[in-house]
Amino acid sequence: MVNVLPLTLTGAVLTRRDKVLVGPVDLTLGARGITVVIGPNGSGKTSLLRMMHGLQRVTQGSVDWAVPDAQARRRQAYVFQQPIALRRSVLANLIYPLRLHGVPRPQAEAEGRAIAARFGLSGKLAQSAPSLSGGEMQSLALARALITRPDVLFADEPCAALDGQTTRRIEAHLTAAAGAGTRLIMATHDMGQARRLADQVIFLLHGRIHEMGDARPFFNGPATPEAAAFLRGDIVD
Amino acid sequence: MNDLLAGLSEALRLIVTLDADLIEITLRSLQVTLTALVIACAIGLPLGGWLAVRRFRMRRAVIATMNALIGLPPVVVGLIVYLMFSRSGPFGVLGLLFTPTAMIVAQVIIITPLVASIAHQAMRDLWSEYHDLLISMNASRRQRIVTLMLDGRRALLTAALAGFGRAIGEVGAIMIVGGNIDGATRVLTTAIALETGRGNFALALGLGLILIALALIVSLASHWALRTERRGRW
Amino acid sequence: MLLRAILLCLLPVPALAETVKLAVTTSFRNSGLADVLLPRIASDTGLDVQMIVVGTGQALRLGAAGDVDAVLVHARAAEEAFIAAGHAPHRRPIMYNDFVVVGPLDDPAGTAGAATAVEAFTRIAESRAAFVSRGDDSGTHTAERAIWRDAGLHPEGAWYRPVGAGMGAALNTAVGLEAYVLSDRASWSNFGNKGAMRITFQGDPALFNQYAYLPISGDKHDAVAVDGAARLEDWLTSNAARALIDGYRVVGEQVFTFNATR
Repeated sequence: MVNVLPLTLTGAVLTRRDKVLVGPVDLTLGARGITVVIGPNGSGKTSLLRMMHGLQRVTQGSVDWAVPDAQARRRQAYVFQQPIALRRSVLANLIYPLRLHGVPRPQAEAEGRAIAARFGLSGKLAQSAPSLSGGEMQSLALARALITRPDVLFADEPCAALDGQTTRRIEAHLTAAAGAGTRLIMATHDMGQARRLADQVIFLLHGRIHEMGDARPFFNGPATPEAAAFLRGDIVD
Repeated sequence: MNDLLAGLSEALRLIVTLDADLIEITLRSLQVTLTALVIACAIGLPLGGWLAVRRFRMRRAVIATMNALIGLPPVVVGLIVYLMFSRSGPFGVLGLLFTPTAMIVAQVIIITPLVASIAHQAMRDLWSEYHDLLISMNASRRQRIVTLMLDGRRALLTAALAGFGRAIGEVGAIMIVGGNIDGATRVLTTAIALETGRGNFALALGLGLILIALALIVSLASHWALRTERRGRW
Repeated sequence: MLLRAILLCLLPVPALAETVKLAVTTSFRNSGLADVLLPRIASDTGLDVQMIVVGTGQALRLGAAGDVDAVLVHARAAEEAFIAAGHAPHRRPIMYNDFVVVGPLDDPAGTAGAATAVEAFTRIAESRAAFVSRGDDSGTHTAERAIWRDAGLHPEGAWYRPVGAGMGAALNTAVGLEAYVLSDRASWSNFGNKGAMRITFQGDPALFNQYAYLPISGDKHDAVAVDGAARLEDWLTSNAARALIDGYRVVGEQVFTFNATR
């Protein structure tokens, strides 16, 4: 099967009511690794992810995958900052994407149980998903996103509301998924997390890519004064 | 006060003696209303889901029309259905006037907007919750509607019960198109109207209490059914 | 599967016996006579008579539209216009009952002392005692208007309350208001909610109320059960009908008098 990557954005702009949320952005993302999007609040991290994923259609420019859009849509997944739980059981949530793709219920449930075991949700399968704790719900959302073995996973600050221990567990799952071949593109405001996970960094400022590059050189010595100030924790204008 | 007590004892007498006429008109009430409800739900629930999920130019106008139709006086619906099914009307050849079928048609017209509107409201709220997830998962329009209907089933039950309540208690339209014919189209509500007209308040009230009891039983039974289902599967 | 069940419910149930749809007035239905006649008609003729109870005006509209096979009403002028319009071949007088003036027990207008219906109505108007009118163009309403016309009065004002409803509803309103009301004797005798009301005036021949049977003409509507309507007419004018109608008692009182001619 052909990988949906590389992803190419060409002059991509997303606006809402004449206000530019992000763009114009030009970039190409290759087939492997973890790209972390950082930047101050309101710099357009979420908008960039949503635009790449196709949740929001670009106002100008284009977002192109290596395969036609209809195929590309099926091979991506997205984890939201506020996890969205279907008002169903944990198991029913897990197998929902498989069922959408027409996987028969017995096979889907077997896969659901297997992934639940990896994510520590085995004891909760019959429980109603909306009644889970915040950490459990984000684990569920991540497991549900990964159950189709997507080529690309977008994650929008998946640990924003979680404690340190849960954050580390989610990070382990993300790293494992990337190791298994899922391209990871995630936004975070946690610089520790960015340092731990990133192969590549995109630093957004005012809706544009201010600096982009490999993680190690970026964190050791950013090329722009704004990125340096942001990493120091200073206010960036 | 005396009339109320007399109504209560009349209701008890009818039930205890298993009055044959009472059983007949009660069953007919249920047959007409439940058939109308099934049809109204088959139309109204998916319509509500469709309106929640779909964005199109006339959507607001359709929703406003639907909400306005809730207020349509049953007597007007009855008159229109009568004119349609009258021998002199466009569907006169079907010979459906003064049959339970005509009553069902009238009730479907009366309750479908109500069922669709409540269903739409519930699924619109659920859709705003699910929107990003289902779009992200690339669910087809049909899959989105099915998901909303499954996960919003308790709200949809409320919609169906509201439709049931309005239909089972309706008298104006079915009086006109059914004719309140003894043994053919008489139902609880038209019997109540008849007995009130004859000044038999106790009997009318007794029938009214049975009507309320019936609505209560249906409501409790459906809630109970949903709870057992939830415990079993979800 | 579901669709099939719905379709089954929607199909009209085929009638076993031949049915005749008969539009009757509320006053006839409320008299209770129908409960005596219908079973006997079924056993004597095999006809399943389905009564649709409406006001005279609506009964004639149903007949004109071909939605019923015959009508049994009591409003002579309207009936004759109905025949003139070709909706029915003839009218057949069947029986009569009479109208009575019903009012409060203490009869504040003093109608009991009146010699004629016109005088009774005049007393009510002059004393401005509350009066409930059917106000629905029914046979009873037509009869009431004829009396006002004969009295040379145009009833209006707060005391005159046209309710636009059937006999039962009008009686309920009158009892509630303790108002005078013109009712057919049968409806009042059979009425279950008499309250503090009684018959205050009766017996004037001007109050006689002739019921006539009009079979609907098959010329305009193919589906009209002309044959069944004719058989019903035969039975309604038979000696069996005479015995049942004359013998019908409400609280010990005869309310209908058979006067059909064969």
